Amino acid sequence: MTPPAKPAGTSGGFGQVVSKVPSRFLPVIATFVVFVATFGVGSARYEGFASGQVMANLFIDNAFLIVLAVGMTFVILTGGIDLSVGSVVALSTMIAAAALQAGWPAWLVVIVVLAAGSGLGLAMGWVIHRFGVQPFIVTLAGMFLARGLCFVISVESVSIKNPTFRDLATGSIELPGGVTITYGVVIALVVVIAAMYVLHLTRFGRTVYAVGGSESSARLMGLSTTRVKIGVYVISGFCSALGGLLFSLYMLSGYSLHAVGMELDAIAAVVVGGSLLSGGVGFVIGSVVGVLVLGTIQTLISFEGTLSSWWTKIVIGALLLAFIALQRIIVRKT
Amino acid sequence: MTEPVVDMRGISVEFPGVKALQEVDFRLFPGEVHALMGENGAGKSTLIKALTGVHPLAAGEIRYAGESVSFGGPAQAQAAGISTVYQEVNLCVNLTVAENILLGREPRKFGRIDGKAMRARAAELLARIGLHIDPGSVLESHPIAVQQLVAIARAVAVDARVLVLDEPTSSLDADEVAELFRIIRVLRDEGVAVLFVSHFLEQVYEISDRMTVLRNGRLVGEYATATFSRIDLVSAMLGREMGVLEEIERRSGTPGDPLLVAEGLGRKGSVAPFDLEIRSGEVVGLAGLLGSGRTEVARLLFGADKADSGRVLVDGKPVHLRGPRSAIEVGVAFCSEDRKAEGVVADLTVRDNLILAMQAARGWARPVPRKLADELVAKYMEMLDIRPANPEAIVGNLSGGNQQKVLLARWLVTEPKLLILDEPTRGIDVGAKAQIQKLVADLATEGMAVLFISAELEEVVRIADRVVVMRDRQKVAELDGEVGVDDVMALIAGGGDVNEIEAVAS
Repeated sequence: MTPPAKPAGTSGGFGQVVSKVPSRFLPVIATFVVFVATFGVGSARYEGFASGQVMANLFIDNAFLIVLAVGMTFVILTGGIDLSVGSVVALSTMIAAAALQAGWPAWLVVIVVLAAGSGLGLAMGWVIHRFGVQPFIVTLAGMFLARGLCFVISVESVSIKNPTFRDLATGSIELPGGVTITYGVVIALVVVIAAMYVLHLTRFGRTVYAVGGSESSARLMGLSTTRVKIGVYVISGFCSALGGLLFSLYMLSGYSLHAVGMELDAIAAVVVGGSLLSGGVGFVIGSVVGVLVLGTIQTLISFEGTLSSWWTKIVIGALLLAFIALQRIIVRKT
Repeated sequence: MTEPVVDMRGISVEFPGVKALQEVDFRLFPGEVHALMGENGAGKSTLIKALTGVHPLAAGEIRYAGESVSFGGPAQAQAAGISTVYQEVNLCVNLTVAENILLGREPRKFGRIDGKAMRARAAELLARIGLHIDPGSVLESHPIAVQQLVAIARAVAVDARVLVLDEPTSSLDADEVAELFRIIRVLRDEGVAVLFVSHFLEQVYEISDRMTVLRNGRLVGEYATATFSRIDLVSAMLGREMGVLEEIERRSGTPGDPLLVAEGLGRKGSVAPFDLEIRSGEVVGLAGLLGSGRTEVARLLFGADKADSGRVLVDGKPVHLRGPRSAIEVGVAFCSEDRKAEGVVADLTVRDNLILAMQAARGWARPVPRKLADELVAKYMEMLDIRPANPEAIVGNLSGGNQQKVLLARWLVTEPKLLILDEPTRGIDVGAKAQIQKLVADLATEGMAVLFISAELEEVVRIADRVVVMRDRQKVAELDGEVGVDDVMALIAGGGDVNEIEAVAS
């Protein structure tokens, strides 16, 4: 006895506007509104905030986090979680820095790092699937493992002096209007577009959503749930390694204590971006906007100047709570 | 006769502690509708899952199109041409209708999903089964009956040689069933072999050509529908003589004092304010169509939804129902229609499920002594005839009817004063149905008040002392005394003046 579906938004005014947009887009739109609002607050309060370069810097400073959040979105869409991404970023910077120091060519380093990240993701995904273990525990183990391996390579910070990496890190692309961006931003945007393509236009991507909606149904529908459940961890591992490479460009060093707690930033960005931790609902673009919201808050605080950077964490915490509450309200209303 | 497309021989399937199937033979011919009949726990679903590769065989052989096969899972079975629509809707509600129909075989252009072509193809398939909904809409936004038809659209979307329908009609109304049967006949005439499971005997006789009857995991026989009478069928299924259902005819003597009184109770967008009085020792039936507000009334009385008008009195004292806990405190129990999601704990044993309720009733500080627990578990398992009679069986492994009985037992353990049963007999077989009806009658005789909700009018009329009729989220009538199915039907159908019909009925 299900009550017949109510026509959405029968009341006038706001309800009517909302009813034109499918309810699944509402959280993403809400995130976007928050982004515009925080950016607006900055523009109103500080001179020079509302410039193209501040916007570009948002992308430059968060390119690696965008890549991480994209990978995390895949995992969370299936109802899983990946806690290893921060450590894998650190491990990637470490492998890159150490291998470059040893004189390996840059292209080989890139391949090795990406293969290592994907391989770790594959291993975790396989354990999760084969033994039916909670992703939380398996990726927690992966997190310790990757962090520990960093220290095996070196306990010191290793700086990167390879000319190719230096050129990539310092090189910039000039956009119309005198705004410059880095190569990292271009890579991050390519990742975002590729992820959107995969999630929405390939069978693999749709199966990701199906598994998140109901894994048993997806299996009974004859979909390859095994491939998807392992595949999302490979993707997340790959994205972490790529994020690690971008991070090593950003810092120009490899260090075991890089990116501590960054997995939580990535999860926060995905959740603020409107994805449900239970899976099946969410968009990559939401996660990107989520990263931008977090970045804007950070920028705001640095413009303020007198505030300690810890305020970023406090605001993010408050925002997360507000978002989860907001999502519940939206879900209940529609 | 032609060769059977599916030929299963000597099939045995075992679960931990349960022999679900023992040496069952089953044949399915192309171009026939074959009904698989049996009580709950007879092994119908298990046989289907053995065919589609969900359950491994302990013994036996499956021949498909003349070749010995062993499917690794539904995906392989589907690829080979065996499509299944399961009892519970097994779709992904977070995806669109089109995706749910075509996921896994969506039209692709250069390796990417062609959304436009997919929606067009889905619209075509929906039109074939006469369902006019937007293929781009999210499945969640449709009622369960529509979701079920979408599942069937998915099953016929592949060029299936065998279509398995495991109780597809349990959530459909008469028109939808007729529509489904039309589709089944079209497919049958195209040469598809249809395996059909249903608890509605009328439907089985309307649609099937042959039937196979199972009982307690064993084969009883294979019959031609045209020459097999209903009495024979029921006695083959039950393994006992007909007449169980007639026994329940009851009219209780004198109902006691009003136990629960609702005055102007209502909730916006859910149920219009209504008055209701339930006396102890009385069975009140609640009749109405799907979505008429039956369940909503129950949820209000149980405090699962908050009323925004009116009040509830229990034993003459006003009670503020803040939630199910406060309702349970005053002795109200509610057996939800959705036993899977809101009832039993499927991963625990029968025993643990019963003890959970017992413990909740006693409070955390007073542990249930082992001996008392054993006694009570044994008592309720016997009283409700829960099968297998093994308290350590995992509830998730039991059949639907037996799960329902466990749920019922869980509430009975707490000794409620008012028992609200929402569709307790949905999707369960004749035998278990009769047992539950008889139990309800016995409980009322012992002084318990029962609110009995069911979609089956005959059942409501037979069992209830009073029938409350719901229509369009309103209480439209209350019928006392000898009530006929036709009277209730007329009220539910509506149209006429309510008072007039009420006068005729009483």
